[in-house]
Amino acid sequence: MARVLFDHVTKRFGEFTALRDFNLEIADKEFLVLVGPSGCGKSTALRMLAGLEDITEGSIFIEERRVNGVPAKDRDIAMVFQSYALYPHMTVYDNIAFGLRLRRMPKDEMDPKVKEAASILGVDTLLDRKPGQLSGGQRQRVAVARAIVREPKVFLLDEPLSNLDAKLRVHTRAEISKLHQRLGTTFVYVTHDQVEAMTMADRIAVMNEGIIQQVGSPQKLYDEPVNVFVAGFIGSPSMNFFEAEVVENGEGVRLEGEGFVVDVPDDRADDVRGFLGRRMVFGVRPENIHDKDYVPAGITAAPTAVKVDVTEPMGNEVFLHLMAGDTKLLARVDPRTAMRAGDRVEVVIDMERMHIFDPETKESALS
Amino acid sequence: MRTRLVTAAWLWVLPAFVLLGVFLVYPVVNTVYLSFFSGRDMSTFVGLDNYVYLVTHPETITVFRNNLLWLVLFTATTVALGLLLAVLSNQVRYEALAKAIIFIPMAVSFTAAAVIWRFMYIFRPPQFEQTGVVNAAFTALGFDPIPWITNPSVNNYALIAAGIWMWTGFALVVISAGLKGISAEVLEAARVDGANEIQIFWHVILPMLRSVLVVVAVTLIINSLKVFDLVYVMTFGNFATDVLANRMFKEMFTFGNFGRASAVAVVLLLAIVPMMLSNVRRFRRE
Amino acid sequence: MAKQVIALSKRERLLRAVSRGPLHVAIIAICLMWMVPSTGLFVSSFRPKDAIATTGWWTAFSTASEFTLANYQQVLTAQGMAQSFMNSLIIALPATLLTVAVAAFAAYAFAWMDLPGGEIIFLVVVGLLVVPIQLTLIPVLRMFASAGLTGTFPAVWLAHTAYGLPFAVFLLRNFFIALPKDLLESAFLEGAGHMRVFFRIVMPLSVPSLAALFIFQFLWLWNDLLVALVYLGGFRNVAPMTVTISNLVSSFGSEWHLLTSAAFISMMLPLVVFFALQRYFVQGILAGAVKG
Repeated sequence: MARVLFDHVTKRFGEFTALRDFNLEIADKEFLVLVGPSGCGKSTALRMLAGLEDITEGSIFIEERRVNGVPAKDRDIAMVFQSYALYPHMTVYDNIAFGLRLRRMPKDEMDPKVKEAASILGVDTLLDRKPGQLSGGQRQRVAVARAIVREPKVFLLDEPLSNLDAKLRVHTRAEISKLHQRLGTTFVYVTHDQVEAMTMADRIAVMNEGIIQQVGSPQKLYDEPVNVFVAGFIGSPSMNFFEAEVVENGEGVRLEGEGFVVDVPDDRADDVRGFLGRRMVFGVRPENIHDKDYVPAGITAAPTAVKVDVTEPMGNEVFLHLMAGDTKLLARVDPRTAMRAGDRVEVVIDMERMHIFDPETKESALS
Repeated sequence: MRTRLVTAAWLWVLPAFVLLGVFLVYPVVNTVYLSFFSGRDMSTFVGLDNYVYLVTHPETITVFRNNLLWLVLFTATTVALGLLLAVLSNQVRYEALAKAIIFIPMAVSFTAAAVIWRFMYIFRPPQFEQTGVVNAAFTALGFDPIPWITNPSVNNYALIAAGIWMWTGFALVVISAGLKGISAEVLEAARVDGANEIQIFWHVILPMLRSVLVVVAVTLIINSLKVFDLVYVMTFGNFATDVLANRMFKEMFTFGNFGRASAVAVVLLLAIVPMMLSNVRRFRRE
Repeated sequence: MAKQVIALSKRERLLRAVSRGPLHVAIIAICLMWMVPSTGLFVSSFRPKDAIATTGWWTAFSTASEFTLANYQQVLTAQGMAQSFMNSLIIALPATLLTVAVAAFAAYAFAWMDLPGGEIIFLVVVGLLVVPIQLTLIPVLRMFASAGLTGTFPAVWLAHTAYGLPFAVFLLRNFFIALPKDLLESAFLEGAGHMRVFFRIVMPLSVPSLAALFIFQFLWLWNDLLVALVYLGGFRNVAPMTVTISNLVSSFGSEWHLLTSAAFISMMLPLVVFFALQRYFVQGILAGAVKG
């Protein structure tokens, strides 16, 4: 039962506040990802949980125990560092066994544990090597093996994939997910990469400037971001934002942006009627802007005239950088598109999936 | 978790603190105190008398002059030679060997170096064959041999030359390390911009070596102020070659005047304090 | 055509070599000049007493003069250099070990433990780095005298250790603090205390800098004259080689067969250390560039 609770935690380094009134409950066996840009306080939160930083205000609980002031070694946690932090003068075996030796575990009990952890991570053939003789991927696996061998209550990972190349990263993502299922332990995972967060997390906590912006399942964050920051951070490429005035005439509700106009579908009209005559910030994801000739079935919105600035073919899709009047939009469209840079064309903006934000508070204006 | 166990942390530094306190910090304070006293048992308070003596007595004024001579000549020549050799040797394949040869004197004691240079400076009257290298070279060039150690118009330079021989290796190694730290791309960029090698040296290399040269110069200045062994063994400060550190030793053991010896030490400290502050400031910046 | 190209490049290479001639001449000339003093000492130490006194050492190769080990035999036995060699070892070795050990603990605390005011205390240590030991001689000598320690090895061990500490702590603290933070934190997380981290992680990873410090400090003490002179007095039975040589100079200033061989005996160990462990030695010099 390794529940983790951050209760009104604040961390200050001198004048600088790294973490402000941080509240987060992590359920037992949950895979929670802390994600945000660098300097957002996510690593500070993790290091406070690990016992590597003092807590300025508030409390942290592991299970029902308040761990403020409890030394790292007595918290029954394990951590995988970004740099892996393998002891360069010890063999792989000794690296994995180090923590068990410190607990004076008898050799006949320790040996099978070390070998099991090594074989789970597929490094059982490397036990006699030193870290310097391993590849980046192998080192990362040894670091994970070292962490799991102690069977900790909570498992902390600080950007464990950031030193791997792109292909290995995708592979290792799946491996870590599998490991989580197998171990059934609470995982707290820190990353700046929203793709890692989306693919692995049970729940994600998005952070910015020392404050939690939103906590929820990956799909929830994608579908219902609570503010402009989360909306822009989750999803790749990022959501398009534009300011537009909400106008109603005889035909229905429409949005008048900088040099372009887009209709609001009837079933979303009620969402915006409350803002009639006001300028709001609207968000549309690139995947909700379609080439007029390849609109998926069921989308019936009227086309909008745009100019194509740049096209970026990705093979399975094409990114179009568009100018709708003075507004820049990025569209992610069907690869069969015939649109080329410089063309004046029409695209379909699926306003069915639009997001609305208050221009002052940047908070979501959807109830 | 690093914040607790503060008392444990103090235990780790305790042995070092005790030794530093007993053998460095307390004695320094005590020496300053003693410099205002006089007599065998150091019981007579004499105010600034010891200092007044130092700045008025002709023999000790010579001491100040000599230390100043060391400071300027020894430091300037050693830095210049080290810089020159670093730049030159950087361009040849046998750089490591050349650096090792220049550096070897750093490994031996000043005492041995003093013997070596006394041997270099042997003087025999003109009618005899010269057995010292320097005078042999002088007579071969048609000059009269010179008593380098005892002639007050040259002996300080002779001693300083020995110091330069010992310390150039230090300057060379440190400056050379700094030189290697300058990226080749910066030099190439300067070359592409049309600078010739001499312009590159003055306008690119030298400014980039500035902090390294300061470190070397500060170290050499400190050593020029503290110079003892060379003078002690080569002349014992006789023939107008005395320096502060040797003078202090003499006041202590030859004249038994601990108060005056303490005053000499304090003067030495005062001269070194600016260097100390420079080091502390540089360290804080780093 | 191809021939012409080769010919041209050959000529170019020659031109380049010629134009770089002065560079080589300058470097080689300076190197030779630097070697002359030590070479003279080395050659002379093997020449008979009469030959050294009347002819230059450079004539030893042109005339059919003889070489001898008699000078060494005489200084080692009659002048007590053998005893002094042992004394130098007895002084330098324990004092170096003590310095490194005491400094390593303090440096670890400065680098990785929370010492209130540690920053400022460390700056004081940096300041002590250049304090001339002359400032300590009289009070320490009086202390040793009242404790009956003058002329004993423990007195110089303690004094040398204290004098070496600022540099040693400075060097090791800078090295320890550069160790990857993750590595130590990982060990703390796994349940290691400071003692274990110090002995199991920091020490094994610091072997190169410990070696550099050890070698540097050892040679420094081996070559010391002042501390031995002041605290050991002139007692011959405890005098290290530097003191014995300086005594030889004042009593036998022109007995060059004795002085050259004695000086060379004192230089042998530093030279061996220098050639065998040059890398560590230079590392120590670079790290300690601020030491006086």
